[in-house]
Amino acid sequence: MKTLSSLVAIWLAFAAGTVAAAAEEGFDDPVLEARYQALTHEIRCPKCLNESIAESKAPVAADLRREVRRLIGEGKSDDEVKTFLSDRYGDFVLYRPRMTATTFAVWAAPFVLLAFGGLVFWRILAARTNQPIDEELPP
Amino acid sequence: MVRYLAPLAILLVIGVFFYFGLQRNPNDVPSALIGKQIPTFSLPSVTDPQDLVTNEALAGHVSLVNVWGTWCVECRHEHGYLLELARTGVPIYGLNVRDDRAAANDWLARLGNPYVSSGFDPEGKAAIDWGVTGAPETFLIGSDGKILHKHISPLTAQVWQNDFLPLLREHCGPTDCPFLAAGGR
Repeated sequence: MKTLSSLVAIWLAFAAGTVAAAAEEGFDDPVLEARYQALTHEIRCPKCLNESIAESKAPVAADLRREVRRLIGEGKSDDEVKTFLSDRYGDFVLYRPRMTATTFAVWAAPFVLLAFGGLVFWRILAARTNQPIDEELPP
Repeated sequence: MVRYLAPLAILLVIGVFFYFGLQRNPNDVPSALIGKQIPTFSLPSVTDPQDLVTNEALAGHVSLVNVWGTWCVECRHEHGYLLELARTGVPIYGLNVRDDRAAANDWLARLGNPYVSSGFDPEGKAAIDWGVTGAPETFLIGSDGKILHKHISPLTAQVWQNDFLPLLREHCGPTDCPFLAAGGR
């Protein structure tokens, strides 16, 4: 029983800590908070592979969250915040990279591959429909 | 014929992609600042808070900017080589990030100070303008104030030979890099 109550106490202490950290990072204004959440989930941590800065525990992610918070607080638009970060860390940090000469391949690849797959599919289908059905049946 | 060659061609293309793709380090994120002017900054020096380290200190000569902190194990690892470079006359400026001033001074006193001066950036604010993701990182700055190269991870003799020297030979004017002649190799 004693162990249980001390475990609960430890758990409560951690829970309180998380709430405090979240409150320190967020905005009181729900609109700003929603933008902050959306932006930090859309910016990739430059140090850790495939984590957004909202999820990452890396120091640089904490610094970038702080910058995003500061920029939103200064009344910057989402686009301005993204430009600020991509000017410094490159297109790499944007999970939805902008269409530029270098990122064009990333945007075009799915459509090119889909068209290619469609073409192959269509050709196989066309080849099959031209075959007399009888030939495929066993004698 | 096409029936047999097409899969082979596809396999070949995929093979080439993997051959080159798997040799790349996914942590090597190219810096967005290569070829750009260094960011403006003004930081108090680690050793003397009254003394300011600014981007103007880097103007007009070739230099290195090295990101470090006493919390960074790999920085300890490269420190000896930085001292060696400094001895041959390479001007190295430090960017001390997310650190404690006393600890940083203790580090420099104990291990030696390879830096012309080090900017003190406890919140990592200037580091963000430099696109710094961690430490150690080393930038090569041309005499025109443009960033020529960025190296992530410790600077070693091999990295210096392979990545920095060719750029220096290319970009150093006749008087820019006296250390090249002085045996900075």
